[in-house]
Amino acid sequence: MKVIVPVKRVIDYNVKVRVKADGSGVDLTNVKMSMNPFDEIAVEEAIRLREAEKVTEVIAVSIGVKQNQETLRTALAMGADRAILVIASEDVHQDIEPLTVAKLLKEIATEEAANLVLCGKQAIDNDMNATGQMLSALLGWSQATFASELNIEAKNAVVTREVDGGLQSIKVSLPSVITVDLRLNQPRYASLPNIMKAKRKQLDEKVPSDYGVDLTARLSIINTREPETRKAGVKVASVDELLVKLKEEAGVI
Amino acid sequence: MTYQLDHQDIREGVSKLCLDFPGEYWQKCDRDHAYPTEFVQALTQGGYLSALIPEEYGGLGLPLSAGAAILEEIHRAGGNAGACHAQMYTMGTILRHGSDEQKKQYLPGIAEGSLRLQAFGVTEPTSGTDTTALRTTAKKSGNHYIVNGQKIWTSRAEHSDLLLLLARTTPREEVVKKTDGLSVFLVDMRDFVGKSLTIRPIRTMMNHSTTELFFDDMKIPKSSLIGEEGKGFRNILSGMNAERVLISAECIGDAKWFIEKASSYACERKIFQRPIGQNQGVQFPIARAYSQMRAAELMLAQAVALYDAGGNPGEEANLAKLLSSEASWAAAEICIQTFGGFGFAEEYDIERKFREARLYQVAPISTNLVLSYVAEHVLGLPRSY
Repeated sequence: MKVIVPVKRVIDYNVKVRVKADGSGVDLTNVKMSMNPFDEIAVEEAIRLREAEKVTEVIAVSIGVKQNQETLRTALAMGADRAILVIASEDVHQDIEPLTVAKLLKEIATEEAANLVLCGKQAIDNDMNATGQMLSALLGWSQATFASELNIEAKNAVVTREVDGGLQSIKVSLPSVITVDLRLNQPRYASLPNIMKAKRKQLDEKVPSDYGVDLTARLSIINTREPETRKAGVKVASVDELLVKLKEEAGVI
Repeated sequence: MTYQLDHQDIREGVSKLCLDFPGEYWQKCDRDHAYPTEFVQALTQGGYLSALIPEEYGGLGLPLSAGAAILEEIHRAGGNAGACHAQMYTMGTILRHGSDEQKKQYLPGIAEGSLRLQAFGVTEPTSGTDTTALRTTAKKSGNHYIVNGQKIWTSRAEHSDLLLLLARTTPREEVVKKTDGLSVFLVDMRDFVGKSLTIRPIRTMMNHSTTELFFDDMKIPKSSLIGEEGKGFRNILSGMNAERVLISAECIGDAKWFIEKASSYACERKIFQRPIGQNQGVQFPIARAYSQMRAAELMLAQAVALYDAGGNPGEEANLAKLLSSEASWAAAEICIQTFGGFGFAEEYDIERKFREARLYQVAPISTNLVLSYVAEHVLGLPRSY
């Protein structure tokens, strides 16, 4: 069984995000970019499945700019077997919409005759949380989202999902699209020998037209702005003072 | 295979690993004068310390630039590679001058990390830079050498299995050139500690696990000799340029860390209703420290490029070390100044990095000796010592 792991190149989670002066988006010029952390968890899970001989091949896929090569090399260094890069833009600021990504992934999953897609539940840049679900619908496969535990059986996958009320266990039939949550695993470091080996692994470059997918945007971003900065709090000396403030200043009691 | 000198992928790998060892980890090690065992293990398991060992001996056979990238990233992430950088390059002496048997015997273990070679006994209380005046002797006796004497500032001896030792095998009076008569030995300290070898830790202003060593009739097998007897000084010198380059990379990493800290703090810290970094009196020194770092980094890049192209660039390696150690110190200065009182609080890591950064103008070679080298060997001025 082959598993496809889509990985997105996003602004590194340690970077302090700055909005562009014209409000058109987040400034990505000279900013450290990394693999979306949820995708990293998906890569890790896929590698563990291969190590447990539940899957035979792990294929990392990225859609975006040429620099996504680096993100794919990271996945290869962690242990993915090969990679496919779909160059869909020359501009790092152009985000490829979930539906477009899902359409491309559908073609790739079909072409590769994969039986499983493991992806991050969402990307930390735009928090869409949509690609996995759309892909499942396009492929006509089952879906299991927010996985915090995953067991692959012969024809099914048993997934523990993190939902608001607690944990939910479901069984889905394969093939399936599974989106992973934070607590599924702790991704490994790429060791230096594996970083070097990754340079020799196969990385195919494609363009959207190879898959007959139209990139025309359906969504437009009207404005991006920074969240309001939180005002500093005040310390009160006594409960009485607090009550007075809540009553008179905050007007909540 | 050709390599990009900047090794972006290796840097990514190192910086990711370092995320698990944040400031609190280093603060605790520093406070307890403890060896960062977990960090060294993680680096070893990640294969980073065997980067420079050839593939045939179980390493990765990467060029010096890869070693420089690894060490720079550790320092740039706020850590300190001093606890383990020597495991990366001390083996160079065996690689260049050891016999085939010695290489086969030691290098695979060093590459794997099961055998630690990160202690180098050269300096003595009465001979620092004047290495040829060292007094530790190794006298041949049958199939052995008997070692007597003392070493000081031997770092990591308590955390190393093997010791690379420079000792006099022929008295200074009996040799034509004073650089002759010294020999290099690879000593398995595990056989002697607590018997004819005493290791005594020295507490210092930074956590560097340095020690002094006492040899009392330490009987080492003849096979411990690395290279030709009496040619030890030259065998040691041949590895110096690589060491200069790697230390320079650590300094650049430190400088980048300080500049990053200073810049972001200057943007965030508001006094008189505006960020302190809006004042030119605050921002100019940071910008100057940055330009100094970039200039030093260029010299380092040149030294690394020449080295990886097969040269042994004495001038560039020495200049890189000189300029980088001064750049990191300038950045440290300006960082602590930018932070004001907070720079002195342990939880900000700045005072720790400040103490650590100071070392590299003193060790592994002092700035004056670099200047002597440049004056004599580059500019043709008379030898000053």
